[in-house]
Amino acid sequence: MVVLFILVPFILLLILNLPFKFLNARIAFWLSAALLLTQALLILINSLFAWSNYPAVLGQFLIFKLWLDPLAFIMLFTIAIVVFVSLLVARSTITTERRSFNFINLLLVALTGMNATVLVADIFSLYVFVEVTAVAVFVLMAIEKNRFAIEGTFKYLVLSMFASVFILTSIAFFILACGEVSFAGIHNAFLANSNIILLNFAIGLFLCGLFIKCGVVPFHGWVPDAYSEAQSAVSVLLAGIVTKVTGIYVLMRLFSSVFVLKGSFHNLIMLIGVISIVFAALAAFRQDNIKRMLSYSSISQVGYIVLAIGCGTPLAILGAILHFFNHAIFKSLLFVNAAALEKKFGSTDVSIITGLGNQLPVTSATSLVGLLSTAGIPPLSGFWSKLIIIIALFNAQQFTYAWIALLASVLTLAYFLFMERNVFFIKTEAAPEGNDGVPFGIKFCEILLAAITIGVGLGFPFILNSQILQLRGLLY
Amino acid sequence: MTIRLVHSVVGLALTSAILAAIMYRLNSPLAAVFELSVCSGLISVIFITTVSFTQRISKERFIVRRRERLLRFLYLPFIIIIVGLLLVRYLKIPQFSLPCLAQVTDVRLVLWNMRHLDLLGQAVIIIAGVFGVVVFFKESNK
Repeated sequence: MVVLFILVPFILLLILNLPFKFLNARIAFWLSAALLLTQALLILINSLFAWSNYPAVLGQFLIFKLWLDPLAFIMLFTIAIVVFVSLLVARSTITTERRSFNFINLLLVALTGMNATVLVADIFSLYVFVEVTAVAVFVLMAIEKNRFAIEGTFKYLVLSMFASVFILTSIAFFILACGEVSFAGIHNAFLANSNIILLNFAIGLFLCGLFIKCGVVPFHGWVPDAYSEAQSAVSVLLAGIVTKVTGIYVLMRLFSSVFVLKGSFHNLIMLIGVISIVFAALAAFRQDNIKRMLSYSSISQVGYIVLAIGCGTPLAILGAILHFFNHAIFKSLLFVNAAALEKKFGSTDVSIITGLGNQLPVTSATSLVGLLSTAGIPPLSGFWSKLIIIIALFNAQQFTYAWIALLASVLTLAYFLFMERNVFFIKTEAAPEGNDGVPFGIKFCEILLAAITIGVGLGFPFILNSQILQLRGLLY
Repeated sequence: MTIRLVHSVVGLALTSAILAAIMYRLNSPLAAVFELSVCSGLISVIFITTVSFTQRISKERFIVRRRERLLRFLYLPFIIIIVGLLLVRYLKIPQFSLPCLAQVTDVRLVLWNMRHLDLLGQAVIIIAGVFGVVVFFKESNK
């Protein structure tokens, strides 16, 4: 029944666009919210086994070959949460009904694309659904149609096209070397050690494409513009989940379960990861716009995940998966905070909103949770995932990378505290009594995401036993 | 040769479709399906979305440009045909063969039994492209 994660959003999209007058933005919002909550709840309450069984009658029609494992479950849950948050932020920030309706439609396209990317079992379908997500996001980014948003979209579009060329060429080489595109077929070709030069060349090309999609240094040119200039709800979606599913998840899936890598590839991936961590953390210091700073912070945190994937040990991959989830949650939280500031003050420039943040108590408190988690302060969720990554690096004798990763956390804390002090801690005006002017939807998202960040941190031993140790199945 | 960008995109899509038919005739149905779906479908949608950002030129400039463009490229098809004929006549192409990757000859089998998930994906991409056109065109017109 897992195919319903792909088909239901697609069918809902078609239904919403039937020519009936009652199908307006309000109905679309509630149906989409119900769909996303159902997706999150079904994953929470169902075991893996229940999803693997098709009823015989349905199985005749739903002939898609999908790949289902605990990693896919975590991804589907993260997708549901972040897309739900983006939907709520859009409801509070997009005022035109027509635009809101278009936004929800495109969100459903992106949801279909991301769910399918997580579930497909062959490399070409993977590429197709990565592109589905990308096309929906291009349009979402430009939906505001201001000059800077179009510029950000254009940069993302052009670089994404380069990534597509690399990935497609790589797929052609995989077909040539393996004769097929399924994950199992490619994995067997690696194990058989045939056409190994061609396979390594294909991996190299695929990596170039994925690095662009991930937005890691030196392929990060599009990230700050895309994240900071897009509409707030789109920034949440893009930074929270899209680049992670289309870049990081694909990297994680292929490099932990499908490709069998040589040591040089591991070193290259770790090097790219550590360069991203340090360069983006230093670049974040120089930003005077909160969304741009968060964009660089995002590149830096993605660097941690890439570093762990490059390390390649089961513990490191576990850390990468955990940091993927945690980063999706706390980065979405910080972008929702930015959306609240933008909604209230009309800007996210630190120079304009200095000292005004204390007028928004919920935003102020939750942003503190987000920044401390990003910096890896215990007992928040970010602490545990970074701890596992650093322990994995020490265990793998990668002492230099481990120390750099550890020290970069201090950098992260420094630039976040600098922003927090300027925006929230300096008191220039007394906080007004009563309603602070931030819509309920945004406040709800802030509280929800902060609660998940704190909850995962405090309940980590329970989550480790009940959920995370299931992941051992996919780690070799 | 056309001055209208949309016509160029349609021409490109048709060329891709013909190329896909040639690939199919050359016993490469998988490559043909990829060519048909990605180049004819996806790329065309992206091009049309991009064309939607361009502005219409005046009628006078349109007439002048069309004439100049035709004169500039009029000889091109003749050169391509002559070069093609010369190559076929005088160039000795070495015989080589790549492994035949798919032995399925019926394109319906390739499309539905082997690549059905991609087809769904491509349908979604086209819908996303349609939304793009709606967002950029229809909202602008309003």
